[in-house]
Amino acid sequence: MADRPTSNASTFRSLVLIAIVVIALVAAFAFTAGWLSPGRLTPAKIVNGLAPPGGAALGFRRNHAKGICFTGSFESNGGAAALSKAPMFAPGSYPVTGRFNLATADPKAPDATVRVRGLSLRIVAPNGSEWRTAMIDAPFFPVATPQAFYGLLQASANESDPDAMKNFIAAHPEFGTFVGWAGSAPWTASYAQDRYNSLNSFIFTNAAGEDQAVRWSFVPTAQPEAVSPDQLKAKGADFLAADITQRVQSAPQRWTLVVTVANPGDPTADPSKAWPEDRRKVDAGTLVVNAIEPEANGPCRDLNFDPTVLPSGMHVSDDPFPAARSAAYSVSFNRRTAEDKDYPRHPGGATP
Amino acid sequence: MSPIHDRFTPLQRALHWLMAICILAMLFIGVGMVSTVRPDYLSLVSIHKPLGIVILVLALIRLVVRLTRGAPPLPASMPEPMKLAARLSHLAFYLLMIGLPLIGWGMLSAADYPVVVFGMHLPSILPHSNGLHTLLWNAHRTLALCFFALIVLHLAAALLHALVRRDGVFEAMAPWSKR
Repeated sequence: MADRPTSNASTFRSLVLIAIVVIALVAAFAFTAGWLSPGRLTPAKIVNGLAPPGGAALGFRRNHAKGICFTGSFESNGGAAALSKAPMFAPGSYPVTGRFNLATADPKAPDATVRVRGLSLRIVAPNGSEWRTAMIDAPFFPVATPQAFYGLLQASANESDPDAMKNFIAAHPEFGTFVGWAGSAPWTASYAQDRYNSLNSFIFTNAAGEDQAVRWSFVPTAQPEAVSPDQLKAKGADFLAADITQRVQSAPQRWTLVVTVANPGDPTADPSKAWPEDRRKVDAGTLVVNAIEPEANGPCRDLNFDPTVLPSGMHVSDDPFPAARSAAYSVSFNRRTAEDKDYPRHPGGATP
Repeated sequence: MSPIHDRFTPLQRALHWLMAICILAMLFIGVGMVSTVRPDYLSLVSIHKPLGIVILVLALIRLVVRLTRGAPPLPASMPEPMKLAARLSHLAFYLLMIGLPLIGWGMLSAADYPVVVFGMHLPSILPHSNGLHTLLWNAHRTLALCFFALIVLHLAAALLHALVRRDGVFEAMAPWSKR
C-alpha cells in the first residue's frame, strides 16, 4: 500500500486524537485502580488502620496476631448434608488445620488483656476442596458494615479528639451493645471452653439446589467455667497457649459444629444483629483437636484463613463482611509473607 | 499491493481482538479488585482467575498459530529501529500473555490457596513457600502494570500507523476488510 502524503494539519489532528485516546485509557485505568479516589476504602487502609501506635509487628498477622496452631479432624455426622452439598458434610472424617488466636494486633499482648478470642479452621475434603472459616467468641460483631469497622479503627486511634469514641458510639449504637457484652460476658481460662461463632451469614445449597441462609458456631464440649478478669491477670502472659497444649496432650478436645438456619426475614447482611435463639439448629459433627503446635513452626502460620474459601454447596450471602475480610486478609497475608525474615522463628520468640 | 499476504490470517485477527478485550478487561479487573473491600471484590476475583486461564489457553493457541502462519512483513518504509521495536514488543506480548497467568497461578499455589476455576480444582504448580509467594506476587503486580504500559504504547503505535503513517500495518490486523 502506497504512502499517501498527509498535510501537516491532518497529521497534527491525528496526533491530538492519539494523545486523547491514550490519556483517556490511562485515566480510566487510574480511576479503576483507585489512584484518583483517595476516599475509597481500600483493603490496605483497613490493614493500616489495624496497626498499633508503634507500628505493625513485622511477619505477623495484622490482626489476631497472637495464636497457636493445631491439627485434628472434623468428624461429620451427615446432619448438615440436607442443608449443603459441601463434601465435608457427608459422613466421614476430614483433616483440619487450625489456629486458636487472640483479637489483637500485638503478638506479645498478655492473654488476660484481650477480650475477643478466635478459632480459624481449614477443613479439607478428599477432592481437595476446602472450607476455611475464621470465627470469634463474641455472639455478634461490633459493627454493622466494613465502613463502620474502619470508622471504629479511626476513632480508637484518634488521640486528638477525646470525644471520638463517644461520637462513634452515638453514630453506631450497635457498638454500644458490643461494649456492653465485652464488659459483662464471663471470661474463661481456656480456649477449650469457648464457643466460636461465624457471625457472618452464608448461603448453603443442598444437592436439590435449595438455598438456605445460615450461620454456624463451634460449641465446646468442655464445660465453660467463668473466671474473673483479675484471676486471669494473675496468670502468666501466655496462659492460654500453655492451657490448650496441656489439655490436648492429655486428651483430644472437642467442639460440636452447630449450623443455625435463618427464618425468612432474619438479618443476613448485618453480623452485629444476632438471630433469635429459637432458630432451627443442626448438629453437623465434631471438631476434634488432636495436636497443638507452636505457631513459629506450625502448619497454620502461613495459611490465610480467608472466609471466602468455600467448597461447592456454600457461598457468601448479602453480608458485606466476608468480601471485605477476604480483601483485607489478603493484604495482611501478602505483607507478612514478605516479612518472613522478621518473624521470630525460634521458640522463645514473641509467640508461645 | 496484494492484500492477502499483507494481512494476518482471519484466525490470527480473531484471536488478537478477542484477546485484546480479555486482557484489557483482565488488567482493569486486577487493579480494581485489589483496591476495594466492597462485595465487588469477590465478583472481580471470581472473574479474574478463570479469565486468566482463558487468556493462557488462547495465548498458547495463538503462539502455535503465529509460529506456523507467521506474520506479514513490516513495510519497507519503516525505519529499522521502529521495526526492531515492533518485533520486541511482539515478543514481550507473548511472554506476558503466557507468563502472567502462570505467575498468578504459581502465586496462588505458593500461598496454598485452592485454585478453583469453572468449578474445577486445578493442581498446585508450586510448593507452599512465603519466599516464592512474595517473589511471584511482586512479579505479577509489576509485570501487569508493564503489560498495561505496553498496551498503551501498542495502541498509540497502531493508531500512528493507521492515521499518520498509513502504511498498511494497522490494516494488517484490522478486524474489517481493507476494501
